Amino acid sequence: MRIDCPFCGSREIVEFSYLGDAGVQRPAPDAGSVFTDYVYLRDNVAGRHREYWYHGSGCHSWLVVERDTRSHEIFSVDYAHRETVR
Amino acid sequence: MSGRRLASGGLINRAAPVRFAFDGRDFAGFAGDTVASALLANGVGLVGRSFKYHRPRGVFSAGPEEPNALVELRNGTRREPNTKATTAELFAGLVARSQNRWPSLAFDVLAINQLASPIFVAGFYYKTFMWPAVLWEKLYEPLIRRAAGLGKASVETDPDSYEKATAFCDVLVIGSGPAGLMAALTAGRAGARVIVAEEDFPLGGRLLAETYEIDGMPGAAWTAGVEAELRALPNVRIMRRTVVFGVYDGGTYGALERVSDHLAVPPPHQPRQRLWKLVAKRTVLAAGAIERPVVFGGNDRPGVMLASAVRSYANRFGVAAGERIAVFTTGDDGWRTAGDLLAQGVTVAAVIDPRTEVAPAVRALAGGAEVYLGAMVRDAHGAHGLRRIDVVRADGSSVSIAADVLAVSGGWNPTASLATHHGARTEWSDTKLAFLPGKTPPGLAVAGAAAGNFTTAEALADGVRLGNEAAVALGFTATSIAAIRTSDESFAVAPLFHVAAARTKAFVDLQNDVTVKDIALAEREGFRSVEHLKRYTTLGMATDQGKTSNVNGLAIMAELTGRSIPETGSTRSRPPHVPVAIGAFAGLHKGLDFKPTRLPASHGWAVARGAVFVETGQWLRAQWYPQPGETDWLTSVTREVKAVRGGAGICDVSTLGKIALEGPDVGAFLDRVYANMFSTLPVGRARYGLMLREDGIVMDDGTTARLADERFVMSTTTINAGKVMQHLEFCHQVLWPELDLDMVSVTEQWAQFAVAGPSSRQLLQTLFGPGVDLSDAAVPYMAARELQLDSIPARLFRLSFSGELAYEIAVPARFGAALAGALVTAGAGLGVVPYGTEALGVMRVEKGHVAGNELNGTSTAGDLGLGRMLSSKKDFIGRTMAARPGLVDPARPALVGLRPVDRAQRLRAGAHFLARDAKAEAANDAGYMTSVVFSPELGHWIGLGLLANGPQRHGEIIRAYDALRGEDIAVEVVPPVHVDPEGVRLRG
Repeated sequence: MRIDCPFCGSREIVEFSYLGDAGVQRPAPDAGSVFTDYVYLRDNVAGRHREYWYHGSGCHSWLVVERDTRSHEIFSVDYAHRETVR
Repeated sequence: MSGRRLASGGLINRAAPVRFAFDGRDFAGFAGDTVASALLANGVGLVGRSFKYHRPRGVFSAGPEEPNALVELRNGTRREPNTKATTAELFAGLVARSQNRWPSLAFDVLAINQLASPIFVAGFYYKTFMWPAVLWEKLYEPLIRRAAGLGKASVETDPDSYEKATAFCDVLVIGSGPAGLMAALTAGRAGARVIVAEEDFPLGGRLLAETYEIDGMPGAAWTAGVEAELRALPNVRIMRRTVVFGVYDGGTYGALERVSDHLAVPPPHQPRQRLWKLVAKRTVLAAGAIERPVVFGGNDRPGVMLASAVRSYANRFGVAAGERIAVFTTGDDGWRTAGDLLAQGVTVAAVIDPRTEVAPAVRALAGGAEVYLGAMVRDAHGAHGLRRIDVVRADGSSVSIAADVLAVSGGWNPTASLATHHGARTEWSDTKLAFLPGKTPPGLAVAGAAAGNFTTAEALADGVRLGNEAAVALGFTATSIAAIRTSDESFAVAPLFHVAAARTKAFVDLQNDVTVKDIALAEREGFRSVEHLKRYTTLGMATDQGKTSNVNGLAIMAELTGRSIPETGSTRSRPPHVPVAIGAFAGLHKGLDFKPTRLPASHGWAVARGAVFVETGQWLRAQWYPQPGETDWLTSVTREVKAVRGGAGICDVSTLGKIALEGPDVGAFLDRVYANMFSTLPVGRARYGLMLREDGIVMDDGTTARLADERFVMSTTTINAGKVMQHLEFCHQVLWPELDLDMVSVTEQWAQFAVAGPSSRQLLQTLFGPGVDLSDAAVPYMAARELQLDSIPARLFRLSFSGELAYEIAVPARFGAALAGALVTAGAGLGVVPYGTEALGVMRVEKGHVAGNELNGTSTAGDLGLGRMLSSKKDFIGRTMAARPGLVDPARPALVGLRPVDRAQRLRAGAHFLARDAKAEAANDAGYMTSVVFSPELGHWIGLGLLANGPQRHGEIIRAYDALRGEDIAVEVVPPVHVDPEGVRLRG
């Protein structure tokens, strides 16, 4: 698998590490059980999935990659900070 | 069978004879031979014994599909079993041996297995050796392993090296037959960067083995012309001896280049094999096709061969596989074997075709040879080599024909397995009688015979079309290629997969000795799904992966179950397409090169002082520095600790992670990532910080100093340096991108030494000279200063891990070794010693400081006695979850100190805590000993541990139970700080 890093260009998967679902939002500190969901609960998606990847062996950017978990087809890659601000 | 070298012809170099040995006998072949072609040329027909029944076997094919002719190649450390003789290039001095025979190939004791064949049926492992179970490991398995098996691996260290490489291209062409060559040429002429990967040693594919002409030239001559043009194109790279074995995501292909397998030993500085990652925007798969045999009685006799292989040996290698060759074909293509053999002057005993009618032009290929239409070969006979075949006619009458080779053709199977590596299945074509590629991996198109387009004209046209399509898709302009004159040979074929009338054993899978009866048995016992069939009978397993057996096995199962072939299904192929040595996957990453070794700046200096080293993550750190006369580590470590506590010592701590943070919002950022407060830290001061994970567990600790208002430097533990960096970047880029700061790892940029002991200030005063004020007032405990050492920028931190008056001094990494020397010189009169990680560890346990053993991924701040560090004035990572009831339960194991009641006893890390009268079982487990050291200060062993309700149990006597060592000793629970609990010394 290869990821088209917006800063470095197309790079091999070994340069990246994976974190998981990019749809989760860190809740307010007093959010109670919602916080537990944020830390532990993730859907096991079969299909299109927006997820965090870290280009640790490259530019150190955190990326949001939209990927089909069944085919590894990648639909989009962008900086995570841009996604967060959006 | 008695093969011989033909008087002329072939692509071998008759001017270059090559000597080699097989089973201890010397033979000669020519450059351009494979081991198989050279053996056939020397009349060697029997080359091995089969896997299960030890039946005599000969060369069956002329390529990587070979199920029979597997040999042990080379000697000693380079001995490699299960090498296909049909693809192994001949080289001078090559040594090969037959496999799975004892005592000799001609006389094999275990051939008696075939008399016992009723017990060796499908699934016999599961049925026969069921009881008693105790005998399995000691008797059955060793017995079976000796009887059934192939070659023996060399158990010695592989003397050769392997390497990995990556190459990029616009268009990858897999295979260099007519389709591959034209795809490469069109894409290459259009200007695309092309890589052509060819498994064989010459280019050309089937063109080398056939006699038809292209553009009025023999196939090999035409190939040479195309190859010359490809070589002249700077954008085309030709990789011979390179097999593409797998298709991966994103246009990545795995390929193995056999760099030196055709040589006695690899040339200097060359690997034996090179594992390639080929990254391609478009791919043309032109891997050709493999001929399909027909299953009949005795079809495994040496001398029964694929018709295309007989043609390959005659046309490419100038070898007649036998003296009297019969042809059994279900299609027009097999007749060409008869035609080619007759043209070379070889006797064709008969041509047998189950079809009752054959086109006159095809019939003419048999010349004057006997022809049996509407007939089939029922059984083949001959113990160590084919002698005769029984042919049965449509009316049931039979005739026996003498022959030493039978060339068999049942049609062609496209080599499309790479096209199914992304989970797609092949699709059965009733017109082609073959599985054709269906959905293909992204960017991959299939050309020529691999797509079921078997004729040369179709292959050439496919290559041009797909080469152009790939180039155009990448923005290049299509090139036009003048029409190429060639034959449009017929591949008409009748469906015949096995001859039901066979009277003797009929083999579907030659490599695994799977017979028609085995498939029938699997069907009777309900293993009808193709995946079950494969696993129950072993059909299609091992080195050839069923390249000549899978389709026949399916067809027979389809017949037995009354289903069509597509209803029966096909097994999906997975990488690797051909066997790949584990060494190639490892490449250079073995032994100490498995991972990078990182060396601190003072490494050479420590080596010169005789240090003993320890791996901490990727780093190599000095563990202790033995002095003359010291014979055990404890003596050296105790001396080092005493020297530090009595005077001064220096220790390289450069391996700790260092992260520089700059910007107006660093303070706010640190408040969020650390559990304690940092925005209030004054400039010129350092603070111990505790970092939690979002789930409330401790992640890491370290000190962070504020060098200027908007400039901080953080330290992390050695082991978590990378993880913390990644975490901080996540926090900044994802959680709080609005905070204005930048960060960068400077672990490699700064060399840092701990200078510890009551004389450390004096030592540093000598180093810096009288112009620098190091007094307690100027550099108090937890101070951080930037200053100059000579003209070098230096940083001085007053930090203590040992509990003594201590500093850490940092300089740019290139001055690290010089600083180590300068520190020792400055401390010469003060009894300074270098100390290693062991002494460091002893002093931290004496002081009750937690380290990796306690920060074990399950401990909370409260567990470590650091609960008060969790600030209540701010939010921070882990705060919410750290407050969960389960994480603040006072019964959780928490940090305590431990001492043996009998002070002479040694403590053991990992020992579990039990109440004094508790039985040693899991329900009574009260925690465990995390760290133990011998304390020179106290004169006995001391420990740290995590004990349930620990802080309330100071003074209690419990047991430390070590089941692994059989030790069970009484220990006293004490506060974790064993030495100088008031901290008087560090403020010295």
